[in-house]
Amino acid sequence: MKPAPFKYHAPTTVDEVVGLLAEHGYDAKILAGGQSLIPTMNFRLAQPAVLIDINAVSELAYIKSNGDGGLRVGALARHAEAEHSRLVAEVAPLVHATMPLIAHPQIRNRGTLCGSLAHADPASELPAVLVALQGRVRASRQGGSRWIAAEEFFQGIFTTALEPDELLAEAAFPPLPSRSGWAIQEVARRHGDFALAGAVAVVQVDEGGTCTAARLVFFGVGEGPVLARQAGAALVGAEPTEQRIADAAALAANNDVPTPHEDIHASSAYRRHLVEVLGRRALSQAFARATAEER
Amino acid sequence: MSEQMTIRVTINGKAYERTVEPRLLLSDFLRHECDLTGTHVGCEHGVCGACTVLFDGLPVRSCLMFAVQAHGHEVTTVEGLAPEAPERLHPLQEAFWEAHGLQCGFCTPGFLMTLVPFLEQNPNPSDEEIREAIAGNLCRCTGYQHIVSAVKLAAAKMHPDPSLRETR
Ligand SMILES: Cc1cc2nc3c(=O)[nH]c(=O)nc-3n(C[C@H](O)[C@H](O)[C@H](O)COP(=O)(O)OP(=O)(O)OC[C@H]3O[C@@H](n4cnc5c(N)ncnc54)[C@H](O)[C@@H]3O)c2cc1C
Ligand code: FES
Ligand code: FES
Repeated sequence: MKPAPFKYHAPTTVDEVVGLLAEHGYDAKILAGGQSLIPTMNFRLAQPAVLIDINAVSELAYIKSNGDGGLRVGALARHAEAEHSRLVAEVAPLVHATMPLIAHPQIRNRGTLCGSLAHADPASELPAVLVALQGRVRASRQGGSRWIAAEEFFQGIFTTALEPDELLAEAAFPPLPSRSGWAIQEVARRHGDFALAGAVAVVQVDEGGTCTAARLVFFGVGEGPVLARQAGAALVGAEPTEQRIADAAALAANNDVPTPHEDIHASSAYRRHLVEVLGRRALSQAFARATAEER
Repeated sequence: MSEQMTIRVTINGKAYERTVEPRLLLSDFLRHECDLTGTHVGCEHGVCGACTVLFDGLPVRSCLMFAVQAHGHEVTTVEGLAPEAPERLHPLQEAFWEAHGLQCGFCTPGFLMTLVPFLEQNPNPSDEEIREAIAGNLCRCTGYQHIVSAVKLAAAKMHPDPSLRETR
């Protein structure tokens, strides 16, 4: 239960970080909040030869509004900061509502939003939120950086489009358009535990109340965030009645989501049941917000 | 043995300088290098909360940080709560004692270090808020009821005037 030896670097600028990544690449790991990396090192499931600690890179410690009215969070923005930020509550209410669902206060004091995205745990809330909002991340390497859309970024269990020499420098959560609503729903065994299953919905309606867009994304039931395309398509173009929402959630559970895994906490069938119930609740809540709020 | 680094950490107001391997966990640093064995180690993967300490004033898992990351920072452990113990305890410790908030006591340092900052921010918490605040700490003895009672008692002790409790 002790980590294997490693070489430790504590750079203070992004230039140094990407320089170290260029030098060590495959042998190195970024150490952000450490709330996922250090447990796996303690178990020796991970034994990186080099750790690049970004906690002293102050230029990465920001949460700010984007030019488009959305939110930008740097790699050192911690969950607890977003949880208590008025700006996040205003411009990214879905992100704000997600924070208390992530682990416990002590863990949120260290863990970072970008770390949650880079780690890509299939049971994690934030990757699903980024996909639902059609957000992006910026990957930096020596000599340049590129933006990666959420749907391309998450590639499987603990797997992302990030190359070994790239730093996830920041994430961008776009603003919600007018007449849109959002919701996040999950079932966990204990407050703050990883969810058995969860659903994020982001929807939009027109003046007449017809659904013009619906994105329903699940976590905890696949190899990463699962975007329920058929369920979304079934809702667009019609009024989101209770029946249509229930049908869409059933479609998600039966067609969109692959057979969920089984573990000591939940059977595959129970997880599929949760997909339907949580999908329905998330859609209902999101549509209620969309019709109630002239945002 | 891998390379060693010399670090300076302020713990409970006192400066400690030690030379350690980067892979040394903060929890082990406190216990083995600084002889501050009040910080307990249960699971070493962030689940039990026994190792909770204040890092620059905020509760964190000391098993999920490396000691080298504390270089130049301030740590408060349970020993720092009551410098005059056992003659004088922190009001939260008194409340745990009086309300039977502990049995074996293994989990207690972690609960205390989680709850001290919580009570500073929430001088008059509801049962639900207390339960949420301690969701990240495991206790195998008490069943949590007495811990919740202890926190309510501590809140009353720390802010005996109810009007003060509302406004602070
Ligand atoms: C008991 C417990 C319960 C938890 N419950 C939940 C939960 O309910 N929901 C949830 O979502 N999470 C949960 N977590 C995980 C927690 O949210 C982590 O903080 C988060 O997943 C990782 O963020 P971090 O900053 O700690 O990253 P680290 O642990 O520092 O890093 C994780 C991985 O991402 C890489 N990485 C981190 N930042 C970057 C970057 N900027 N660029 C490139 N690579 C990077 C690291 O190299 C490493 O491989 C829990 C953790 C614990 C210990
Ligand atoms: S020992 Fe740190 S959380 Fe259990
Ligand atoms: S008092 Fe024994 S574990 Fe809590």
